[in-house]
Amino acid sequence: MQSGTNSVSTPSGVAGTVTLRHLLSGFLKIGLLGFGGVAPIARHVIVEDRAWLTEEEYASVMGVGQVLPGANTINAAVMIGDRFQGMAGAIVCVISLMVMPLVIVTGLGVLYQRFAALPQVQAAISGSAAAAAGLVIGAALKMARRLHPTAIAIVFGLLAFIAVGLLKVSLIPAVAVLGPLSIGAAYLGHRRER
Amino acid sequence: MKDNLLWRIAVTFASLSFVAVGGVTAALPGIHRQVVDVQGWMNDTTFANLYALAQAAPGPNVIVVGLIGWQVSRLAGLTVAMLAMVVPSSIVALIVGRVVHRHADTSWIAVAKTGLVPVTIGLILAGGVVMARAADRGILMVVITLAAAVFVLISERNPAWALAAGTIISLVAWGLGLPL
Repeated sequence: MQSGTNSVSTPSGVAGTVTLRHLLSGFLKIGLLGFGGVAPIARHVIVEDRAWLTEEEYASVMGVGQVLPGANTINAAVMIGDRFQGMAGAIVCVISLMVMPLVIVTGLGVLYQRFAALPQVQAAISGSAAAAAGLVIGAALKMARRLHPTAIAIVFGLLAFIAVGLLKVSLIPAVAVLGPLSIGAAYLGHRRER
Repeated sequence: MKDNLLWRIAVTFASLSFVAVGGVTAALPGIHRQVVDVQGWMNDTTFANLYALAQAAPGPNVIVVGLIGWQVSRLAGLTVAMLAMVVPSSIVALIVGRVVHRHADTSWIAVAKTGLVPVTIGLILAGGVVMARAADRGILMVVITLAAAVFVLISERNPAWALAAGTIISLVAWGLGLPL
C-alpha cells in the first residue's frame, strides 16, 4: 500500500521493467481478490500497490480494453503483459488472472451438480440468482446515470435494450448494426464540437 | 458425437468473443440465447443459477463461460469454452494494444467509447432483464432482484453484499416455509 507515492508521475510502462514473476504474482492477486468484479482491485494492484502504470496509463489501457470486444479485464491483462514482457507476458497475465477463479468456480460447479437437488440448496441458489439479476440491472442503471447521456446516446441505449432484451434479436446482428451507427453518430457530434 | 459437441461449444463462444463489446455482462443476453434457446444445453433456471455461482466466486466475470462449459461437457467443455471466448479477443487486444502504444493519437478511442458505451449499457440492461425473467419465479425473488438493483444504484459498497443478502433471505424464507 504505497498509495499516492508511486502513482502520481513515476514513468512506467517501459518494456522489461516488470518481470514475468511480478506479473504472475500481481495478476494472481487480482484474480483471487476480485469479488464482485475485478476492476477496483485491478486498479489498486496495478496503479497503487505495484505501481506498474500511472493512473493515466491505466485509464488509457482500460479504455482501449473496453472498446475492444471480449472481457474488459482480460483485454487489459493482455495489453499490460505485452507491454512489459511481450507475448509471453500477455499469456502469463491472462493465465494467472484466470487460473484460481476457474479452479474455485469448478469446485462450485461440482458442488452444484452434486447438491442442486436439495431444497435448501435450491433456495439459496434461487436467492443469489435473483440478486445477481438485480446486480446486473442496477449496474446498467448506474452506468447510465454516471454517463449524463446525450439524447442520441439514450436513443442508442434504448434501441440496444429493446432489440436484444425485448425483441430477442441475436447479439451479433444487433452489435454489428448499432455499434457502427452509434460510433458514427458520436464521430459527427465530436466533429461538430470542434 | 462428443467431438461434435465440443466443436459447437468452440464455435458458439468464439463467435460471441468477437461481438462481446463492453465485456461479458453486455454479452450475457447473447450467451443466454445461444446456450438456452439455440443450442438447448440447459434450461433458464440452470443458466441463472450458474451465473449466480460464477458471481459468488472471485475473478473476472468471463469465468461464467468456463462454468457453462463445465456444465455442458465437464473439463473438456470448460477448457474449450474458455479458450474460445478468450483467445480470439485476446489476439485482437494484443494487436490493437501494440498499435495504440506506438501511435500517440488516441482520439479515436474517445469517439469509439462515446459511441459504444450507450449500446453496452442497453445490452447490460437487456442481460439483467433476461436473467430476472429466468430467476424470478415468485414474489420474493422479484423483491430480491429489485432490492439488489436499488442497492447497486444508491450504494458504493461491494455488490457481493447484495448477493450474500439475497442468498440468506431466500434460505430463511425457505426455513420458515414461505413460498419462494
